Amino acid sequence: MMQEAVPSLTDVRFHGRGGQGVVTASKILAEAAILEKKWVHAFPTFGPERSGAPVAAFTRISPTKFTVKTEVYNPKIIVVIDPTLLSKPETYEGLVEGGILVLNSATEPKKEDYPPQAGEIWWVNGNEIANKHIGRTIANTVMLGALVKATGLVSLDSILKALGSYFKGDIYDKNVAAIKEAYEEVKKVE
Amino acid sequence: MAKVENQEVKGLTGDQAVAYALLNIDPDVVPAYPITPQTIIMEKFSEFWADGLVKTELVHVESEHSAMSAAVGASATGARVFTATASQGVALMYEILFIASGSRLPIVMAVANRALSAPINIHGELTDQLVTRDAGWVSFIGEDAQEAYDHTIIGFKIAEYPEVSLPFMYGLEGFIVTHALEPVYMLDKKTIYDFIGEFREPSNWVFAPGNPGAQGLLALPDYYMELKYQQEQGMKNARKVIPKVLDEFGEITGRYYHEVEPFHMEDAKYAFITAGASSGTAKAVVQRLRSKGEPVGMVKLRTIRPYPDEQLSELLKDLDGVMVVDRSVTFGSPASIQATDLASALLKHRKFPRVLSSAIVGLGGRDITEKDFEGLYEQLKKDVQEDVSRTHWWGVRI
Amino acid sequence: MSDKTPIDIKSWIREQWGASKLPPGGVVPAPATSLEYKTGEWREFKPILDDEKCTGCTQCYFICPDDAIKMDDRFHPIFDYDFCKGCTLCVEICPVDAIKIVKEVK
Repeated sequence: MMQEAVPSLTDVRFHGRGGQGVVTASKILAEAAILEKKWVHAFPTFGPERSGAPVAAFTRISPTKFTVKTEVYNPKIIVVIDPTLLSKPETYEGLVEGGILVLNSATEPKKEDYPPQAGEIWWVNGNEIANKHIGRTIANTVMLGALVKATGLVSLDSILKALGSYFKGDIYDKNVAAIKEAYEEVKKVE
Repeated sequence: MAKVENQEVKGLTGDQAVAYALLNIDPDVVPAYPITPQTIIMEKFSEFWADGLVKTELVHVESEHSAMSAAVGASATGARVFTATASQGVALMYEILFIASGSRLPIVMAVANRALSAPINIHGELTDQLVTRDAGWVSFIGEDAQEAYDHTIIGFKIAEYPEVSLPFMYGLEGFIVTHALEPVYMLDKKTIYDFIGEFREPSNWVFAPGNPGAQGLLALPDYYMELKYQQEQGMKNARKVIPKVLDEFGEITGRYYHEVEPFHMEDAKYAFITAGASSGTAKAVVQRLRSKGEPVGMVKLRTIRPYPDEQLSELLKDLDGVMVVDRSVTFGSPASIQATDLASALLKHRKFPRVLSSAIVGLGGRDITEKDFEGLYEQLKKDVQEDVSRTHWWGVRI
Repeated sequence: MSDKTPIDIKSWIREQWGASKLPPGGVVPAPATSLEYKTGEWREFKPILDDEKCTGCTQCYFICPDDAIKMDDRFHPIFDYDFCKGCTLCVEICPVDAIKIVKEVK
């Protein structure tokens, strides 16, 4: 019997706080990937929902169908939606060697403050952009703009399309503007 | 029926997938009571209902016991009835589960599999469904959101078959399936109705105007056994109907399901038996072990009742060792719940692997990882080497 | 639907139908079949009316739990011994002792 190719999985982990749309971010990314005919599995850290508590959500993406149904332990990409979690070591737990960090930070991060296995560190002032366009410092969608620029995991177009099943009308337009600005503004730490 | 091309694909959680299937089935009556992790099924379905997208009579009841009672009453009028629950909800329904099957009512129920109290736990485990195995329901367990979607439709078809006329329950595991988003291929209303019919066509007597009669009666020693035997005949007929229905569903959707699904069982010496979400993880591990030359396969079990004893004994007869990976627990039993069933199946057909071990894994939602399966494979080889069948409490801290 | 299932309740009981013939689900797909089940056979005591004493007050008619008392045109009771289980409530309620009980002889 032919051996099927083992699908190559990309695990993304989002960090934020309850109420900041962390799970929604993971789902928008997943739906964008579905639009590109990729296979996904997206879920939050399971358990009761508590507003304000640190939460994580995961999106597992592969170009081909996969069946693995486990939680994510070794993400390749970590997106920090809430800047107050930047300094917490548990935010970066399990990051693979050469992994990518996409950070919501008001100032340029210093490489030495982050885990040595991080291959690339990208940053954008997500709160400022969110506040400017949406009027609230909730940076979940903003960070998706930064994520796609940093990783090319899915296209910006797909993200904007997937966003449509979560937001409509005026609020959709504002989110689009915010995502686009983050896409333009995100920078890699050299 | 011809295959339906261009099925709409949408990112849905397992619970949402069930609700989307219900949207196009538009069942006549849905009595339900909320319980995590089932809640989103009814939450989403209520949205469809509030938007006027379904004509369903949605009944808000005060407990799961009432939900199943209302389901029985509605189904006895010939209506197509759906409900969903989990864990303690299944336990509270337990009494009425027998009335549904004994009355031969083709109710369909989703079970968002969750661990039973005490202690309270809201996470994934199959015990809540497996302990209903004697209640006379046709019982399926699915692996992912797609199967949750498909089982919702398949369930009505099987349950309403005149020669089956039994209630149907199907499991989707708490959180890892119910709350996780995956691509789900969906069918349009016409395709679903071509498959299951727009309305249920009752094959037995039902309450209806101008059709007097009585249901829910007494049957003493003179008739009770005959009526129970009829139920077993219904189950036997389900054995014949299930592969037919699954085949037909495959023709339409391209998704061919089976009661047991072997994977890499050719020339295998060792095998896992799995059910539910961990089957997907097992597949990945088996594939990797195979690529390293390990003679290992697996069989995913879809149907818990009727139990596919013949297919399993045929698949496992020449193996050195079998490890039943069981996300459920029973106490004081000879082996895990599923291993006990399997053992009697093998005995019935007099075809045995050398060693039949079982592992109790992932209770209370503890993640069943690829490492777990790798470890279980090593353990199985060890059991075979020592020629002992064991039950392992896998990963428990002593 | 009911014409699909031939329901001759007498033969059902007499012939002790097996699983292949019994209507599924333990239903009885016909109305008023309890009339075929003569509960009067359970009776140990039998009520007898003393027509002379009866005043036609109808209290026995209303208290009978099995609807086994009918009335004649003078409102005197007529016992339906097919369904009278001999509970003797009518005997107890009769204000003029017009109903007597006798031991049933079978």
